[in-house]
Amino acid sequence: MSAPAAAAASPRALAGQRRRRALRRFARDYARHGAGLVGLAALVAITGIALAAPWFVDPAHLTITGAPGEPYEPPSRAFPLGTDNFGRSVLDLVVWGSRVSLTVGFLATAVSVSLGTLVGVTAGHFGSAGGVFGRITASVLMRVTDWFLVLPTLVLAVALAAVLPRGTATIVVAIGLTVWPPTARLVRAQTLAVEARPFVERARALGGGHAHVMAWHVLPNVMPVVLAQTTLLVATSIIAESTLAFLGMGDPATISWGGVLEAARTAGAVSAGIWWYMVPPGLAIAVVALSFTLCGRALEAVLNPREAR
Amino acid sequence: MTSTASGNGSLNTTDDPAPAVAAPARAAGAAVPVLSARRVAVAFSSGTGLAGGSGTARAVDGVDLDVGSGEIVALVGESGCGKTTLARLLLGLERPTAGRVLFEGTPLRYRSRDLRAFRRRVQLVQQDPAGSLNPRRTVYESVAEGLRVHEGTTADESDRVGRALSRAGLRPPERFLAAYPHELSGGQRQRVVIAGALVLEPEVLVADEPVASLDASVRGEILRLLLELRADLGLSALVATHDLGLAWNIADRVAVMYLGRVVETGPVEEVLAAPAHPYTRALLSVLPDSGSAPVVLAGEPPDPKRVPPGCRFHPRCPVLASGAAEHAGVADRCRTEDPGVLEEAPDASARRSACHWVAAGAGGRIRPPDHGDRKH
Repeated sequence: MSAPAAAAASPRALAGQRRRRALRRFARDYARHGAGLVGLAALVAITGIALAAPWFVDPAHLTITGAPGEPYEPPSRAFPLGTDNFGRSVLDLVVWGSRVSLTVGFLATAVSVSLGTLVGVTAGHFGSAGGVFGRITASVLMRVTDWFLVLPTLVLAVALAAVLPRGTATIVVAIGLTVWPPTARLVRAQTLAVEARPFVERARALGGGHAHVMAWHVLPNVMPVVLAQTTLLVATSIIAESTLAFLGMGDPATISWGGVLEAARTAGAVSAGIWWYMVPPGLAIAVVALSFTLCGRALEAVLNPREAR
Repeated sequence: MTSTASGNGSLNTTDDPAPAVAAPARAAGAAVPVLSARRVAVAFSSGTGLAGGSGTARAVDGVDLDVGSGEIVALVGESGCGKTTLARLLLGLERPTAGRVLFEGTPLRYRSRDLRAFRRRVQLVQQDPAGSLNPRRTVYESVAEGLRVHEGTTADESDRVGRALSRAGLRPPERFLAAYPHELSGGQRQRVVIAGALVLEPEVLVADEPVASLDASVRGEILRLLLELRADLGLSALVATHDLGLAWNIADRVAVMYLGRVVETGPVEEVLAAPAHPYTRALLSVLPDSGSAPVVLAGEPPDPKRVPPGCRFHPRCPVLASGAAEHAGVADRCRTEDPGVLEEAPDASARRSACHWVAAGAGGRIRPPDHGDRKH
């Protein structure tokens, strides 16, 4: 029950208060997951570095012509992670690369989560409540999802990246269009579970239409799953972006972790034993992907205690 | 309007063969029943099942039912007899595979715009107060939902929500507005559901086991609330329940369902004090204070996938088993001849039952009707 002091306030203000309280409770629950906290801290630090990069990395030093050092300098005081084959600081490259990797990761996740949620909620809702026409729509949607699901993600992304004009937007689209099917399936399953609950029937008896049921009842109850899925997908997207860049499908003009790895490989750093060229970007990818996964698992456990592993 | 389909099946006690909807004044006072069903049937095809067998489950198998203006009708019967399906049919949540539902004498149309207009005036109260509220919506949002669906956000929304909550007995309403369903007790939740139905000022309330999951004290409060609403707002109600005591306490009229059909209907005092149909008798005889020897029904529980031929109750009928039907000379008809759909007559006060034995005049009464001891 709400506090008596709040009784005079408007329902809207009260609801706001309740949401803030729920958020605090959520934060407390999340704090109980040590791994989740570690992941969150790492993500905050990495995002901070990515955002602040222009203040301590000079973009001019990242061009081949403006390279500040000699090729293949081992780690030193001036270049903590050594230099690449053009004399650029690997630390600067990795720091700068985080910007593209994170941007692409977030945008591609946004694309695929929106797509997956849209498809999943639509298929789930009309499959259970839309009559014959709805069931047909739903099964067509799910067959399309299945088709995307069985296509090898990487091959599809490579094909998309190859036919679309080069650029970061292309990578975002290529990843976004390939990693959504699991989200769609997950959201559809959750939608079906929500649709079977009595409050959806009550909403229908109140006169609510499809839009009302989907937006007012299904979406809020599907959101926790979507949120956890989003966090896990960012990791997938970042890895996918690095893979595409490593395979040479990225935009050669931008610096990303996958791009640095690819440059290291073509420059022969692997056979020459130039470890400082390859390890830092690879490690960065692993750390970011791991952090997002840790956060996602913790979120999943907090939002959906019954499904906690 | 339905075909009267009298013939062999009609066992109306009235002589008027046409249960015309637009017809003569009812005993209850209103000319046209607010909500009525005419020979509605719903069949669920269930494919091939491993355990339960396959085939079509006739959940509702031809039912006539009227709810008059300001009338409370109780639909009683054991679990699985089709009460909930009938309630959903009357709300337009389920489409009949045969027959039709009439609202104020006009057949219900299932286009979404027509349904929306209909659902403003007919509201549902569900069985399970824990599940019928969205756990992520506050009480205020849940009650205002109907208003928002029909009118969008209005300026006097919070006043109307407050009024509906206090009418449903949640006073002062401010205390509950920001609560989430999980913070309320079962009775409070059920009141929130009722408030959500009342906020649209409906004419008919269809309540499916409104108190089944509540304890006795809360049950009494909710029932009193229903009676008050009828007195104050002239609300009509259909209450589906397995609880005969509940029917006795609040209903004007009762319809007893067995395996998808109404087998007996009439004013609650008459039907429950002096049941005619053997099924109603058996139901009543097992009440602790029935005053007669309990009749325990033998045989398999009814399976809507395998409706017996003849009278659907005959495999379990104690009258047939005891030989009384044989004695009255109707035993063959019980086994082979369907008593037919119990039609609603214009004279709603009449009591009727779908039983060959009763129709043969052999039924008699196990107790004289007693109008004096009805408790409110």
